Amino acid sequence: MKVAVCVKQIPDPADPGALDPSTKTLKRDTKLILDESDSYGVEMALQLVDAAGGGEVTLISMAPNSEVNGLRTALAMGADQAILISDDALAGSDALGTAKVLAAAIARAEPDLVLAATESSDGYTGTVPEQIAELMGLPSVTFAKSIETTDSGVNVKRQTEAGYDDVTCPLPCLVSVTAGVVEPRYPSFKGIMAAKSKPVDEVTLGDLGIDAGSVGWAGAGQEIVAIEEAPQRDAGEIIEDEGEAHERIVAFLDELKVI
Amino acid sequence: MSVGTVWVHAEEAEGAVASISLEMLAKAREISSDVVAIVGGAGEAMATELGAHGATSVLATGDLGGALPGPAVAGAMAAAIEAGASPAAILFGTTYGGRDIAGRLSVKLDASVITNVVDLADEGGLVGTEPIFGGNSLVKTKFTTDKPGIFLVRPKSFVAEGSGGAAAAVSALPVPDLGATGAAVVTNSFVEQTEGPKLDEAAVVVSGGRGLGEADKYDLVESLASALGAAPGASRAIVDAGWVPYSYQVGQTGKVVKPDVYIAAGISGATQHLVGMKGSKTIIAINKDSEAPIFGVADLGIIGDVHKVLPKLLEALAARG
Repeated sequence: MKVAVCVKQIPDPADPGALDPSTKTLKRDTKLILDESDSYGVEMALQLVDAAGGGEVTLISMAPNSEVNGLRTALAMGADQAILISDDALAGSDALGTAKVLAAAIARAEPDLVLAATESSDGYTGTVPEQIAELMGLPSVTFAKSIETTDSGVNVKRQTEAGYDDVTCPLPCLVSVTAGVVEPRYPSFKGIMAAKSKPVDEVTLGDLGIDAGSVGWAGAGQEIVAIEEAPQRDAGEIIEDEGEAHERIVAFLDELKVI
Repeated sequence: MSVGTVWVHAEEAEGAVASISLEMLAKAREISSDVVAIVGGAGEAMATELGAHGATSVLATGDLGGALPGPAVAGAMAAAIEAGASPAAILFGTTYGGRDIAGRLSVKLDASVITNVVDLADEGGLVGTEPIFGGNSLVKTKFTTDKPGIFLVRPKSFVAEGSGGAAAAVSALPVPDLGATGAAVVTNSFVEQTEGPKLDEAAVVVSGGRGLGEADKYDLVESLASALGAAPGASRAIVDAGWVPYSYQVGQTGKVVKPDVYIAAGISGATQHLVGMKGSKTIIAINKDSEAPIFGVADLGIIGDVHKVLPKLLEALAARG
């Protein structure tokens, strides 16, 4: 079974983000790491390939400056190889432009199954997986809690507002994976060493046959017209607990007529 | 004052029109005098409520026969646009179905999607407002093409309000042949029963985070919620850790809540969490790290250990009867 997993390399969420004032995009000048949201898809892919008795897991990532730091983390978990699209012309791409690039790169891996997170932790548009599926003409199941392969396709438990749905879907297809549904493995020392020599195929827009005018700033169908500070909440009362703070909470709830 | 026709994707929830759909209708009729509700399913049962909230007409696909809404509804919308319909804007709620349809439709129309919208205004063209960095900043975004503007709107951004309109007339929105893309089919639906008030409707919410230390300690949050008639919630960290189900999650991923009182116990206040609860009327936070960002939004902040404060609080509440 061949599985392609979309992974995003993002600035460390522990560092406060900032917008570049001239381009109004997220600054990405620090070393990028694997988006934690994507580690669940990587784990899911590894488990599915194991369950199928063999196959390969190919990572697909679009990142500036030939960044591979996050890819190495996923390769160390056990993925076999990666396709990295890094091209200066991609700066400023909107979600649709990103999906076009990822879809073209995924096609090169000729996967049976495409996995993605439901949304990235930094941009969180949450539209890319379904855009990829449509671009590739694939059926899809989003917000998967679990995936099981069958003779003809996949059975997916899909998160809903009220609970979950059982969904069946033939292969090839795309499934987006909800965070937290599997326990991503920690890379072993052996895995980390092996990852250093696993193939990362770096491709350009030209390699993918994509016109630079359809992606990046040139192809983005939206622009930021203003950035404003949000209204701040008034500073609250902050007290240190010295054993009696619960009384202040009770009094406060009383004032609020909650009790 | 009208931007042209606005389509609003209307979803059903528990036998009625979902509140996110009614919220979007209220905003849509502020910016347009021609508001069309789009239903992926049977439209008749919803026509009265949709009309009473400002929909001037309803386009409905009819029963989807278990197909997921993404490809079917996007296909039907694109076919209608191909046939001459020209909505200036198409509004979707940030829901499981809404995101799928918006993504599929954006490819079919080769049009961008503005996501995480919390406000929408006609400023000589529609401008969406989206929070970034946990809501510390707001960006305003507009489209650069003449294609229909696809917006994904966050729940509770607008207030649902009746318009006094009559039941909207329902017309068919036929679903074209979807080929392979329509092959995913729902075979069974399961409802997870929760006790007490619903998380996104409760007047009081008590949420727990990693500061609880271990899964068993979530009992403290449930006990406090029960004592206050509140809904229990959670940060993403403990949902990802498997302590509580995803349906408990408050935040960017998860539910947006705006209760009268929000109590955050052992939650540091990561961006992803703040986006989902910052709109609460009053916020009480308990955390042992005085530098935790949650204190920046708290009306009452207790710098202390939840394992000490919560048991005493429960005792004091019990003593009041």
